[in-house]
Parts: sequence; structure tokens; C-alpha cells
Amino acid sequence: MVIYLDNANTTKPDPEVIKVMLEYLQEKYGIPGGEFGHIFDEEAREAVEEARERIAKRINASPDEIIFVSDETEADNLAIKGIAWSKEKGKVLTSKIERKAILNTVRRLKDWGFDTYEVSVDREGFINLEDLQSNLEDAILFATHLGNFEIGTIQDIKAIYEIVHDKDALLYLDANHAFGKVKIDVKKLDVDLMSITSHLIHGPKGIAALYIRDGIKLKPLFDGDVREKGIRPGMINVPAIAGFGKAVELINYDDSKRMARLRDKLIDLLLSIPDTKLNGPRGDKRLPDNVNVSFAYVEGESILLHCDLRGLVFSTGSACYSQELLPSHVIRAIGGSFEDAHGSVRLSLSKWTTEDEIVKAYEIIRNVVEKLREISIYGGKK
Amino acid sequence: MERFDARRWDEKKRIGYSRKVLQYFLHPKNVGEMENPSVTAKAGSPACGDMIKLYLKIENDRITDAKFRSYGCAANIATASVLTEMIKGKTVEEAKKIKFRDIVEELGGLPQIKYHCAVLAAEGLKQALAKWDVIQGRRKIDEKFVKLILAAVIDPLTGESVLKGDKYRGCKIEGKKVKIMLNIPKDSLEAEAFEEQIREAFEGLDVDLEIEFVES
Repeated sequence: MVIYLDNANTTKPDPEVIKVMLEYLQEKYGIPGGEFGHIFDEEAREAVEEARERIAKRINASPDEIIFVSDETEADNLAIKGIAWSKEKGKVLTSKIERKAILNTVRRLKDWGFDTYEVSVDREGFINLEDLQSNLEDAILFATHLGNFEIGTIQDIKAIYEIVHDKDALLYLDANHAFGKVKIDVKKLDVDLMSITSHLIHGPKGIAALYIRDGIKLKPLFDGDVREKGIRPGMINVPAIAGFGKAVELINYDDSKRMARLRDKLIDLLLSIPDTKLNGPRGDKRLPDNVNVSFAYVEGESILLHCDLRGLVFSTGSACYSQELLPSHVIRAIGGSFEDAHGSVRLSLSKWTTEDEIVKAYEIIRNVVEKLREISIYGGKK
Repeated sequence: MERFDARRWDEKKRIGYSRKVLQYFLHPKNVGEMENPSVTAKAGSPACGDMIKLYLKIENDRITDAKFRSYGCAANIATASVLTEMIKGKTVEEAKKIKFRDIVEELGGLPQIKYHCAVLAAEGLKQALAKWDVIQGRRKIDEKFVKLILAAVIDPLTGESVLKGDKYRGCKIEGKKVKIMLNIPKDSLEAEAFEEQIREAFEGLDVDLEIEFVES
């Protein structure tokens, strides 16, 4: 059996999720219709609305505030461009350690004439609040995350919204990597828009939700029918939505506690390998599923390939592994060197990860790092 | 323990690395340092995640032994290792004819995105042999030689040689004095990476090296 520690990339769907989806693929294959729809319309509508209610309840929102989209990238685009187009001008801020979908959406707005700014972060990946505050002049939106996808930093959203709302700007939160692991209450977070995705919580791929606080206006990316209130016209992916709803129902925060314990064990084991350092914070300020360390003198793609061939998978911030041949912008932004980025690996746990797997993963990685350091120019020392 | 089985490897199924690349990656030949090498060469930098060091033993103009160390991905390790195999037993003149495509071919192909690893290995070899000629007194240090060395000095921000674009301003050579001028701000991140790489590349040559950056 392969040890799968790439759950921040995607998760294995829960069998119960698949069971629900099959029903809507095989038998109830309709799509939601209008008020006087036929039986197929009606079954689909019920499934979609039930999922919407369940998701809304989980984040303490109203079902009216939930819009289904195809994935987190679409949610990022809809939230950021939708707000910018609706406001027509102004400044859009984000941070240096967002996912590419957010960074590139904001960069696109810059091409289109909006002012933009990327806020810096500290060495553990926390948003630099002073930098944020001093660049909020004419701001319409700050797009950031709740839990960082790569190094697991959980942002202090209360401090952020106070600063952002003080300047009458809106706050968009990418909660995709935190959702299901960290309790989220949109009222308490006082967030205006927020995205959560299905495939990171053992739900199907191809579905995500955008929370839009009641009263917030944004322009759609696509023009079409009036589905999803016209904010997101087009086909409703009923089986995926039903599966997403089921995955949300299955969220159990006791899993997070167990994951956090295993996360800390894995961090401690990996740090026992000489010349290894942790990226991101420790403790409650870190996502319970996230481990990210940098090994000196070796490169991530080599580590990955060796481990893959020995039955252990995860991901790396090395340039060699990226399609653009660029090292991780997150590791660089927290002050890491190029070598820190090339030698960084992210291991992400799931509710199914066992202690035995954690120990085995450590043993494989230690062995591989030692082997590669023998080949390394530095021979394991600098 | 390892899932990799060379006999049953499906070349088309995965990641684009050939069977031979994986074999050299998993069980690299000629790893390590050499005592009293005739010449060494270093190409690339840890900053760009791609670096090799070659150690050659040359006797009667024939390469009798070759070793390497590397820092980089699977393709980096495999290209460096296969290159050492390719040159062992060859004369210096024969080895000079090796191009990066020969290395790619020897490995049974490389993914396009990894060609630069083979280029780096070929540049490293070219550099080592040019240095050998200088040590032998058959070649003098001129701008052509300096450029050959700089071809394997990599900008960590772009992954390209320092010769690309307008970073290289020129060089002055007087006797043992070699002065390389770069259009790179003195206290930038890259300056340090360039200086380290260039100094290491000239290692083993009897020169008085100076690198001039521009004021920031």
C-alpha cells in the first residue's frame, strides 16, 4: 500500500460520498428546474438545496449566501474579479503567499488598470499587519487565506478584518485548506466572501462553494441563465454537489485533533534528521494536516521520486518539480533561500493517516535524504 | 523494497523519465570525489537547484577516471553520472566532441523540460577540458575562455546563463589578472550567487580573479 501524504493536493473521496453520488449519476440524473419542474427536476433541486443548507450551516451562513462553482480557482476569480468589476475602480490587495489562482487573478486586475499590492509576511507566514494597514488607501478588497496551502499558517483573521473593515474594504478569504479541519464561523470571522472546496475534505473534484455575505454585490464571470442567482450561470453539477454535501456532513473535528497530534509527531521525527528546518509555525497556529520542512544539501524532486518508488507520496516546493521551473514563492516570501525552497517538502495528512504510516514515512524519507546527501556536492555538510 | 523494476518499467506510463534515467538516478555510477584530480569543473548553482561538479583524471591526454557530485533533480544526477561513464577511456579531443544531445541520447531521451540538465553537464565537461588545456599551456586565458566558463554560471532568478541578456559587461585580462564585469547590483541577492559560482569555476587555475558589480 502506498502511503498517501499529499492530502493538501487532493484527498481520497469517502466511500459514503461516492455512494450518494452514484445515485445522482445513475438514477436521479435531472438538473434543478423552476418552481413547476417535473419529478427529475425536483429530486435534483432537493439534493442541491439540501447540500447548500448543510454547507451553510457548517460555516454559520444562510443558504442564500452560498453559490456553487466548479472549483476553488473559479471561486477566487469570481470573488476577486466580481468585486473589482462591480466597484469599477480602486485598489485590490493580496499577500505574497497566496495560491497561484489568487496571485494571478490580482495580477490580471493590474493589467486591466486596477491598483494592486502584495502584502508581505513574516518568517512564519503571518500577514504583516502594518504593511497591510499602510497600503489600504482606496482599497476595495483584500484577498487572503485562512490557512496557508503550503506551510499551514493560520492567519489572525480578527486582526485582519478589523484593519480591512476600518478602511471600508472587503475581505475575501480562501478557506479551502482550512475548511473541515478548523472550525469556521463566517459571522465570527466577519468575512465578506469566502471559498471552500470539496476535494480537500474527501468530497468529489469539480465542485466548490463561494460564500457571499448578504448584501454584497458582485458581477458574474460568465453570462447565461439565472441559475445560482445569475452569479454563476450554467450547468449545475448535481452529483458533485450531493457528494460535497455528504462530505461536509462527515466532517468531524475530532479527526483534526488526532491529525494535529500525528502532525507534531512527524515534525519532530523529521527535525531529528540533521540540517532540517521547519517551515511555518508550530502548534494551534498551524493547520492540523500540514507538515513542511526543508532539507539542506538535497533537492525536492529527487527526494520525491525516490520516495514515490518506495511507496510514499507528497509534494515539494522545488523549482525542478514545478512546470514553470520556479522555486516555491511561499518559501521565498517567508525569507527562505533558494536552497530552502528546492529542498522543501510538504507532507499533508488526512483523517485516515495512521501513526504507523507516519513512522514509516519518516524512515523512508530519512533513508532517502541520507542517500542523496552522499551524492550531494556538499556530501551532507557545507 | 523499491517499486522500480527496470525490466518491467513502462516508459510511457509515468513522469517521462526513461528506464535508463531512473537506473542512473537510483544507482548512480562514479559518485564521489577524487584524490588529486587532473582538473575539476563546477557548473550551475544550488540557488537554481541544479549543480554538478566533475573530477577528471587525465593521463597522456586520455581520461582515465571520472567522478561527480551533484545537487539537483533526477535528471541532473542521471546526466552527470552517464556523462562520467561516456568519457572514461576517451581522449581529451574525443571528449570535446560530446554535445548535450549525445548525453540525452545516451539516456534514452529526457523530458524536454529537463534538457537544461544535459546542457549543464555538457557545459561542465567543456569547461573542465578547456581548463585542462590552460593547465597544459595549450590555451591562454582570453575572453573566449572566460565566456566558456560563464556559460555554466546560472542566474538563480531565471535559470539562464549569466551571458544571456545584458548582465555580462566584459572582461579585462592582463597577465594573471582576470577582471570580470557584470551589470548586476553589488548588494543584490544574485550577486553573491554569481560571485560564488564564478570563483568556484576558476578553481585550480593560476589566476588573480576580480569580479566587478555595479553600484546599487
